[in-house]
Parts: sequence; C-alpha cells; structure tokens
Amino acid sequence: MRIHIKNGRVVDPKQGIDVVQDVFIAKGKIVAIGTPPNEFQANRVIDAQSLVVCPGLVDLSVRLREPGLEYKATLESEMAAAVAGGVTSFACPPDTDPPLDEPGLVEMLKHRARNLNQAHVYPVGALTQGLKGERLTEMAELSDAGCVVFGQPDGLLSNLRVLMQAMHYASTFGFSVWLRPQEISLTHHGVAHDGEVATRLGLPTIPVCAETIAISNIILLMKETGVKVHLCRISSAEGLVLIREAKQQGLPVTCDVTINHLHLSDMDIGFFDSNCHLMPPLRGFSDRNALRQGLLDGTIDAVCSDHAPVDEDAKLLPFGQAEIGATGVELLLSLTLKWGTEMRLPLSKTLRKITCDSAPILGIDAGHLSVGSAADLCVFDPEEYWRVSSNSILSQGKNTPFLGMELPGKTKYTLVNGQVVFES
Amino acid sequence: MNSKNPQLNENGALQHLLTTEGLPISVLLHILDTAESFVGVTERDVKKIPLLRGKSIFNLFFEPSTRTRTTFEIAAKRLSADVINLNIAASSESKGETLLDTVNNLSAMNADMFVVRHSQSGAAHLIAKHARSDIRVINAGDGSHAHPTQALLDMFTIRRYKRDFHNLRVAIIGDILHSRVARSEIHALTTLGVPEVRVIAPKTLLPKMVERLGVHVYHSLEKGLKDIDVLMMLRLQNERMTGANLPSFEEYFKYYGLTPEKLSLARKDAIVMHPGPMNRGVEIDSAVADGKQSVILPQVTFGIAVRMAVMSILAGSQT
Repeated sequence: MRIHIKNGRVVDPKQGIDVVQDVFIAKGKIVAIGTPPNEFQANRVIDAQSLVVCPGLVDLSVRLREPGLEYKATLESEMAAAVAGGVTSFACPPDTDPPLDEPGLVEMLKHRARNLNQAHVYPVGALTQGLKGERLTEMAELSDAGCVVFGQPDGLLSNLRVLMQAMHYASTFGFSVWLRPQEISLTHHGVAHDGEVATRLGLPTIPVCAETIAISNIILLMKETGVKVHLCRISSAEGLVLIREAKQQGLPVTCDVTINHLHLSDMDIGFFDSNCHLMPPLRGFSDRNALRQGLLDGTIDAVCSDHAPVDEDAKLLPFGQAEIGATGVELLLSLTLKWGTEMRLPLSKTLRKITCDSAPILGIDAGHLSVGSAADLCVFDPEEYWRVSSNSILSQGKNTPFLGMELPGKTKYTLVNGQVVFES
Repeated sequence: MNSKNPQLNENGALQHLLTTEGLPISVLLHILDTAESFVGVTERDVKKIPLLRGKSIFNLFFEPSTRTRTTFEIAAKRLSADVINLNIAASSESKGETLLDTVNNLSAMNADMFVVRHSQSGAAHLIAKHARSDIRVINAGDGSHAHPTQALLDMFTIRRYKRDFHNLRVAIIGDILHSRVARSEIHALTTLGVPEVRVIAPKTLLPKMVERLGVHVYHSLEKGLKDIDVLMMLRLQNERMTGANLPSFEEYFKYYGLTPEKLSLARKDAIVMHPGPMNRGVEIDSAVADGKQSVILPQVTFGIAVRMAVMSILAGSQT
C-alpha cells in the first residue's frame, strides 16, 4: 500500500517541521516528505487540504478493561476509540482483573491487540504480584512477554521496603517504574480535594500532602536505588515544586498530567457530578493553573487521557460510591489543543506533549515523522469543533466531565504502520 | 458543569428541599411563616388537616433514624397523607439493588414524595435528578452534606425566642467536620441575615476553609461564647475516637462540653439548642440540657410544624 497525503500542514515537533507539504508512505513507512521518491505511484491519495498531518499520538494511560472487566469495555471498543482519537500508541495500566502480573496474560493481551491491527498496545507490567504491594513480579519475564515499564497504578505501596526493593530490582534490568504518588494512609476514604468545595458538599477529603509526601518518598528512594521513575497524574501545585527540584538535581524523573486535571478543578463537581469523581481528585483552581503552567515550562513532560471507561450504572450512584474515572482517549487531542490555544502556544509546541515528549517516557521509538520510521500518523482538522456526547464517543464508556461541551480538533484519518485504520 | 439550582423550578419556586445552601431568603421565610400557621394545628384536639389527602409519601431511610423519621411521619399524617416507611438499610441495598433501582420501583407505586436519608453526601441530589419529574424529594440528611429540615426548625425556634435574626450572635459548637446539621445551619443563618456566626471546635473537627462559609472560627469555648445569643450544640459520635479525631470523651467534655459555668459566659438570655439525640456528659451537661435556657424540647415540637410546612409547599408545586 502506497499512500500520498497531499497538501496537509505537516507538523512534526521533534524535527521542528511546520509547513504545508506532502507525505509519502510505502510498505508501512514514511518514505519521503516534500518531494516524492522516484517513480512513486500511490494506491491512495488523501487530500489533507486545511488539515494538520502530525505524528500519531502517544497516550500514557489507556485502560482497555481486558482481561476481566469486559462489562465496562472491550478491547474492540477501546481500540476503535483510540484510533478515532488519533492515538496510535498507548500504555495500558496493569489494573485489570486479574492484574497484568503474569507473562501469559501480557502475551494474550498483546496477541489480541495485534489481531485487531489498530493502535500499538504497550502493557505496563504490575510492579508487585496482584498489585498487592507484597511480592515482586517476574519483571524480566514480563519484559520478554512485552511489558515495557512496571507500575503500581493505585497509589503508593503501604510497605516502603517492598517499594524500595521493587525499584532496586527494576533498575537492575534498566526498567523504569511508573508510580502514582499518593500516600495510602492519608487517602483513607477520601473522594475529593481538601478544600472549600468538599467542605460545602460534606465529602471526605484527600489532602495535598497525600501527594507531596509520596513524591518526597519516591524521590528519596530514587536516590537510594538509582531507578528511573515516571510519576503518573500529578494533581497539585506543591507536588510540582518537588518534581521541579528533583529535575534540577538531575534525577531521572518524568511526570504527566491528565486532560481532566489540566482543565478542571474541584469547582466542576458542581452538584455532585459523579463524572468528576477522579483519582487523584480534582484539586483547587490554583493547582489547575499551576499544572497548566508546569506543562508549559516542561516540569510536566506529557499529557495523558487516563482513559477509564466506566459502565453507566457504576456512575449513577452518590458521588463517593460512584466508580472512579473518566473516558478520555478520544478527548486527548482536543483537550491538549484547547490548552495550547489558551496558553497561546504554537501548534508544534502543543502537539509535542502528546507525541515526541510522551514516547520516550514509554521507551518507544514513536511520536515523530522521520523518513524511514513507521507511518503512524494522525490527520486532523484543527478548526472543526465537535460536541462531546454519548453518540460522538466510540468508547463503551460515556463518562466524562466534558459531556455536552464543544471541543476543537477532529481526527479525520489515523494511520498505523501505513494503513488507514480510522477515517471520518 | 451544570449550575442550575436543582431544588428550584424555572419560576424560582421550591420543587425539592435538598439543602439550605443557595435558597433565597424569600423561600426560607415562606417556609417559616407557613410553619407558624401549622403550630396551631399541632396543639388542637383534632390534629389533622386534609391538605395532602390522597398523596403518598415514602420515608426512604437508608440509614437508621428514629426521631427524624417519626417527626416526618407525624407531619405527613397530620396533613392526611398516606405514609409508607421503608427501612432500606435492612432490605434492598443489602440485596444488591442500587439506590436508583429502589427509587424507580417505588415511583412505579405512584409515590408523590420521597423523604430520603442516606449515609452518602449527594444521595438526595441524585434521587431528585433521576426520579420522575412530578416526584418531590425532601432531604432528611445525606452524609455530612445537608439536613435542611433540621436547620429550618432551628431557625424557626430561634425566631420564636429571639424574633429578629439581624442582631444575633450564634455559635455552633462541636463536630462541624462531620455534621450535615452544622452546614445547613450555617447557610440558613447567613442567608437570614445573622451578622455573626461562630464555629467552636478543635482543629480535628473543623473542615478546611470553613471560614469561606461565612463563619468565624474559635478553638476555645470560653472565648467563643462571649456575647453569644444562641448556642447550637452538635452530637459527638463514638467513631471520632477510633478515627483519631479526639483522644477521649472525657477530655472533650472538659474543654468543649457545655456546663452551666461555660454557659454563664454567654449572654444571660442565651438559648441552648441541640438537634438530638444528646450525649449527656459528652457535649452537654444534664444541668444545661434540662435547664431553663434549654429549648431542646420545643425544637422537637416545632420540627413537626416545619416539616408540615415543607411538605405542603412542595405538594403545592405539584400539578
């Protein structure tokens, strides 16, 4: 299959390209940008007039809900949602049922995903068996099966000794460890940020120090073990201060923020909107502003969707009992663009947060348009606004705080390995 | 993302009572004035009026309660409504039925009004949002969020004894953090124009940024009671010891319990209120609870009139 993408505005943040030109694809790879290779005969010409052609997006957190949680979503539904959102590579957290703690499970997931022939799936292996925080997983075996990094998605282990050993062991093999910094004993039964909104609504709270204490502990353990760490889903201004310091000291730490925390604060909970029941909780408005600024200045490396499809019944409950999470993989592009526009950033600087800056965190070669690399592309209309609704979202989960909003940026074509896997 | 007040209809009339927060002063006064007219009814020999004849009111108590459920039941019966009491903690939820399934099933039995108590903040809002549009919802306490009829009967009591809200200093004393009563009282008092509302508690029993609700924070009972006209005591629950909020009942009583000596620091004509049930010797000394400044029993009596008022106003907005 040879594809000629014509007249698109080609934006590749990694190479600093932002110019209207053509892209030529053959045998699954980008073979030329600008002038066609000799005797190039396209099977298909895509007219990208007034569209942006950029690297396929790399999302650091997409839950497929398989194995075990198929009533919430299936591989089929969520893989289709990912490419509809322009996402061509993503990490999938190990919090499935059972968790991704055995090579067989990982191989099965990789195999099922490969057969669907859509986006590239990169499983995050469980750091501890059953994610219980007691025993280490067979990380090297899991890596052979296809895990690229190892994580503990649900807050910090209660046993710091196990965490330290897991970090030591991972660093033996050069694996990076992904942790969501939240001190469990300070979380208790909390469901909302410890601020004015929770005070008014009478919701149990999670203080900011649950995050900062966890970050401090992780940073100290990094110094002890020398492991590379990615901090998932930062929520607070004070957390960012600690990460900024650690980076200045030269520690190998990266972090991300979700599309929800980039735009929303606890005020958006309104009258108990259970779609705003997220973890970490949406924090105060000044935290939100610090996150937006931290992403701009590079303290935060990447934006992720933290995609978590939830079935409708599980959200039709009082706020504190409603299941945590929001669907998001189809909103990643739009909400990142919205942030970029509001911060008055050039398109290329905005897009790097979901392409060439997120790919290295996952340790993969993706998120750029270099000649000779895999033709994973997203072609979108930056001017088209679309309304978030249960009809416009393909994911089986329709739960998002952005329901009913008009957002900029609509994916028109998604290509993976030179194949058109989505078009609208 | 939705900002419309879910308890008012497009004309600004009350269609559910979920919280006192955001209710206009006109609505609060209308409830209090209507309650005045019902106080007489409760004192007559024949204590029934036919305002709600033919209406079905379901008491949905997902959390145990005797006093509140009983006063709602009496209020409904005095208005000639049919009352169905459901103690759901012991039935559906333990069988796995969801809150909204329960509500939908009861709606199908032609309910007109739900009186809801639930351990989760926001439960009454959820029901009001998803129940059939002609059904009215009264929040009888949701988690630590709101208990609006308790706050309204407290306002009624204050107005009975103090007449005017505009020259009062009111202190709310005790476990503000977990108290839905305290939150609803604060919103009602500030809306009705009380110039100074104080909360008095140790830091472990105060929610963050509580001063944003329009109150002054005191940690010392002695200092906080100076010049106070109305003392609103809160119940202290056992769980506060196991949850590491407090070391012991004894220490709490010594520093925050209301004794005659402490009460003497307030104004001579101050009244003492308590939403019940009381823990004598923990938050309040018996000498105060039964003393001449106590209005705790009248509160209970007025509670029936206030709940009758709320029910009749909500029924009036049903077509």
